[in-house]
Amino acid sequence: MLDVAVAYNRFKFLGDEFLTWLWFIIENDPGYLKNVSPAKPSLEIGNRIVLENRHQQTVESITIKGDDANLEEGILALRKGAVVIEMNLCLKSDDQEWRFTIKGESLNISGFKTPFAGPVDTAEDLEGAAIEKAYLYDQAIQLIDNLFKKFIKTRISNDWQNKVIPLIRKWIYAR
Amino acid sequence: MGLLSSSVSITRYRVEGDLEKPVIETVAAALKKNSISEIDDHASELTVGWTAFDNPYQPGFEGSSFVFGTHLIFSLRIDKKNIPSKIIKKYCAIEMAKKMEVTGRKYLAKNEKKMIKDHVFNLLSLRIPATPNIYDVLWNYEDASLWFFSNLKVANEKLESLFAESMKLKLIRLFPYTIAQLTASLSDLELDVLAQLTPAKFAE
Repeated sequence: MLDVAVAYNRFKFLGDEFLTWLWFIIENDPGYLKNVSPAKPSLEIGNRIVLENRHQQTVESITIKGDDANLEEGILALRKGAVVIEMNLCLKSDDQEWRFTIKGESLNISGFKTPFAGPVDTAEDLEGAAIEKAYLYDQAIQLIDNLFKKFIKTRISNDWQNKVIPLIRKWIYAR
Repeated sequence: MGLLSSSVSITRYRVEGDLEKPVIETVAAALKKNSISEIDDHASELTVGWTAFDNPYQPGFEGSSFVFGTHLIFSLRIDKKNIPSKIIKKYCAIEMAKKMEVTGRKYLAKNEKKMIKDHVFNLLSLRIPATPNIYDVLWNYEDASLWFFSNLKVANEKLESLFAESMKLKLIRLFPYTIAQLTASLSDLELDVLAQLTPAKFAE
């Protein structure tokens, strides 16, 4: 097994590629999520997406912020060779909504907001509230994990170069 | 940042190894042994230890449970004394002036200045209370997974070292490569392909 620090730096591109692929899936194949979760959730880009274009000497960052922001600038950045390095996502399932930001290099989650869980008014409420919150976090984390596993299976297969990359290129140059 | 907060950050880990049975008693003993100690009346600048999720300011776990359903939930507390550098500078200047007056010298040697600075720091540390920072930990022992409610580098490093010291188990941080390697059920052949991957080019 590779040293953890070495593996982190050597393969952090995998997380960036995952987020870029996920954006492509969200825009072009929203039904894909049905294969990943029986709850048939929907996933949307939230209010922030950060892309990065690494040149030989310099690094260019593009941040798009705001609800219902126009993502054209992001597509343009993809055309210039950028990848998504951070993405805010909105997950909806039934009447519930989760919001969170994922960073590509670590897949760490921040700004994680779950559907409303019951209030904690007494010490007795604490156990139930903690278990409910853990369940709600797990719903979103499991979905992202399952999506990442699907991505990684595709990424190491011949389909990646032969099918997925051409489809992503078609998407970014079609607009 | 707390598990019950309206907005949280999570860093995920895989726990490697097994605890001595019975597990709950082993964890309880490890948490108590490494619970945080107060440093407000000591010259120490920093202390790190475990504390109860439901009662983080009274460590010791007396009357607190860390078993919540199938989860083990407790908190990492990092207490640090933050003494503003300008206060240190002020008291160092006062002490140096006193020393020069007593000795009748116009300058102090480098090691004398350092000794004064250490002395001032120790004195101020006794007077300034430590600021507590609490980060919740949710451990699913059966799944060997652990969530730490912070993305801060320093807090994560403290968690990793204290957890290894307390539980004698290793935490492996989950990031793209380790998630792929440890949780994606890849065959040996697929793992070899994974290890050879290089960045893709989306643009033509």
